[in-house]
Amino acid sequence: MEKTVEKTVEKTLVIQRYNPEHDQTPSQQRYQVPFDNSTSVLDALLYIQQSLDPSLAFRWSCRMAICGSCSVMVNGIPKLGCKTFLRDYSGDLLLEPLAHFATEKDLVSDMTLFLQHLQAVKPYLIRQEQSAAITPATKPQPHKQTPKQLAKYRKFSSCINCGLCYAACPQFGLNPEFLGPAALTLAQRYNLDSRDQGKAERMPQLNGKNGVWGCTFVGFCSDVCPKHLDPAAAVNQGKVASATDFVIGLFKP
Amino acid sequence: MQILHTDIAIIGGGGAGLRAAIAAAQTDPNCKISLLSKVYPMRSHTVAAEGGAAAVTLQQDSLQAHFDDTVAGSDWLADQDVVDYFVSHAYQELVQLEHWGCPWSRRDDGSVQVRRFGGMKTERTWFAADKTGFHILHTLFQTSLQFANINRLDEFFVVDLLVVEQQIAGVLAMQLSSGELYQIQAKSVILATGGAGRVFHYNTNGGIVTGDGMALAYRHGVALRDMEFVQYHPTGLPGSGILITEASRGEGGILLNKDGYRYLQDYGLGPETPLGKPESKFMELGPRDKLSQAFWHEQQKGRTGNYGEHAVVYLDLRHLGSRYLNERLPFICELAKSYVNVDPAKAPIPIRPAVHYTMGGILTDGQGQTSIAGLYAIGECASVGLHGANRLGSNSLTELLVFGKVAGVAAVAHAKQRQALPSSALNAQCQQHHHQLQARFGTKQADNVASLRKAMTLAMEQGCGIYRTTEGMQQCLTTLLQLKQRYQQLAVSDHSKIFNYELLQHYELGFGLDVAEAMCASALARQESRGAHQRLDQGMQSRNDTDYLQHSIAQLMPETAGAASGSAKISYQPVRITKSPPAARLYGGAATKQEPV
Repeated sequence: MEKTVEKTVEKTLVIQRYNPEHDQTPSQQRYQVPFDNSTSVLDALLYIQQSLDPSLAFRWSCRMAICGSCSVMVNGIPKLGCKTFLRDYSGDLLLEPLAHFATEKDLVSDMTLFLQHLQAVKPYLIRQEQSAAITPATKPQPHKQTPKQLAKYRKFSSCINCGLCYAACPQFGLNPEFLGPAALTLAQRYNLDSRDQGKAERMPQLNGKNGVWGCTFVGFCSDVCPKHLDPAAAVNQGKVASATDFVIGLFKP
Repeated sequence: MQILHTDIAIIGGGGAGLRAAIAAAQTDPNCKISLLSKVYPMRSHTVAAEGGAAAVTLQQDSLQAHFDDTVAGSDWLADQDVVDYFVSHAYQELVQLEHWGCPWSRRDDGSVQVRRFGGMKTERTWFAADKTGFHILHTLFQTSLQFANINRLDEFFVVDLLVVEQQIAGVLAMQLSSGELYQIQAKSVILATGGAGRVFHYNTNGGIVTGDGMALAYRHGVALRDMEFVQYHPTGLPGSGILITEASRGEGGILLNKDGYRYLQDYGLGPETPLGKPESKFMELGPRDKLSQAFWHEQQKGRTGNYGEHAVVYLDLRHLGSRYLNERLPFICELAKSYVNVDPAKAPIPIRPAVHYTMGGILTDGQGQTSIAGLYAIGECASVGLHGANRLGSNSLTELLVFGKVAGVAAVAHAKQRQALPSSALNAQCQQHHHQLQARFGTKQADNVASLRKAMTLAMEQGCGIYRTTEGMQQCLTTLLQLKQRYQQLAVSDHSKIFNYELLQHYELGFGLDVAEAMCASALARQESRGAHQRLDQGMQSRNDTDYLQHSIAQLMPETAGAASGSAKISYQPVRITKSPPAARLYGGAATKQEPV
């Protein structure tokens, strides 16, 4: 169980730098970083910020792949910095801000659109009847939900909102109005929840031109998802739901 | 400088802040609520909580039992009226989250599943696999999106509170994306900024957990209570401190030393329970303080193993099998694989204690109200009186909900009756801060934020760790005071406005130093051992109810700031004891013997 530590080796990180206060265009800067078996891209960025260049800007917090802050492009592929390890790269690493989002500074991307898209699909439980206010006197009880019912949507509820799937999605790159993998997955998460009654309110968004039909099933979103929750499958389940919704619509009075 | 007006400003977008925002929005749909957070809300550290949230659920359980476990867990330093309120409102809050869509784990019949947790007499911890905090946070965040009167100010960092004649008047905040200062006038302000684990070197906390809210209040004369009580979680990964949930032990995981021996039986937690049959309050299901202390003793005896430069013991989950592990502890499997390259179904996970939680915090009453009218504090940044000298795992997620709601409702009521305050005083305060901010910019020096921060965190680790001595704490305090002097001279070399993280970290370091000093001074003053505060000094190795059955109160003395003696003044306040007089704190077989038949 002993760990081998070799801290003598160095690796080159090439990082895209951009500060709109004085840069017309982005440029690249090279840094030498010591690393061992356990050094993540995030560890390397922190080393640079603490020891070489305090002006380097990037987001991070939990360093355990659950807060979704430290998304960057590593050699052109969207990655979580904290879950990507230097040991797995033979040459230099090129770090850039997420593709398809505007860059605010260095590795910091503007996530405004992403949040708007999440909000657009009404990502909360909708019930037709208003449940009574909860107090100890009303003795509120939870809904029943079997493990099988939970399993239907559980995977899709595990999205950490890191945005990697948007950086991977060619459709979002072409059309920023496309709701995109994470938001469509979230819609599907609530639509599949046995406690939810809000599917009808979500379908107009999903059926619209920026909804599920915007997806051309490239599937790269599922490849890059750090939580393996397969947004491509969620979106395509959404297509089936959307088609069914359309057919039912034809026969409704 | 921009000026915004709001009714309620909530600082912090984690579980507590979001719960308060929703409570306020539901109480009064016309109330203007501003939710400020230095990160996007779903990045808040609530996200990393794994194990679960406690509430009395099963037939054989009782509110009295949850009360007794919490009070004993606190080593009798919890305020018992607060514990009473907490245990009786816990269940409804977890149900409320269920109604908002939280994917709680279920039994076959569709009812909510509960699991065992350390220091709890029976199963009462609700969980969503081993990502409970993640699911609570995202459920609250997503639920909050339907309220039009919650106005989010994401990536706004609060640099000061605005206080006029002991009444809150708002906050001064920096928008990170522009570097602009915003004067945000508010009738009520709720601090929900989380803990301060990052003032220690090895911790389970995210980089954002820097004690900001505690320092903001402290600098305006609000007391910090019970700051000496810092929880070491017994199972963090070596080096990174990444959390391996207590639920691993609730599900049957065992702790082994380097000889493969279940050492906890040597520390008042035995007799050994059979493999695969965990028993509440025995062995691995003892409370966190006792387990972390047992590690220290094993290290002294030379019975710990090594992982790189770190002393470790081992969390063995192999007997649970890969199928069960993937169902109940999928995140633990993922973390162990990624960060120590261990498959828990095949090998034990090397672990060691790491700083996890600050029991103490901003002094509030049972409603979250501080000594400044209209200023509230909730969650880990607050000391409402629930945790005393040691928090039980799974009480804090429930705390966010119970007291988040209480404070949200109280803040609405306060905002409605509050009279307008003169804005001239606010402008003067903001201008002064703006000048101080400008004076921080300078050129690169030998000292920098990273080096001072490292010196602080190492000093705290050495002086205020699992076991403490007078000498060690005095040394730590001296170091902290020197660092505070150096901090006064520390310049920010990056002069940019947009996302200036050096400036942000400069602020955070200043906050951290104040909080660290309050912790160390409180620890030095408490000349006994209780809960998470353990001393090796002669005559201080056991609990002393005669002199110290009291909360410590740390207050910042501005006139002595920078003086060699330090700027934290420590006094004491009685503990509210309503029905459970102090008794011996027993676990394992010793506790069973004590219980009436």
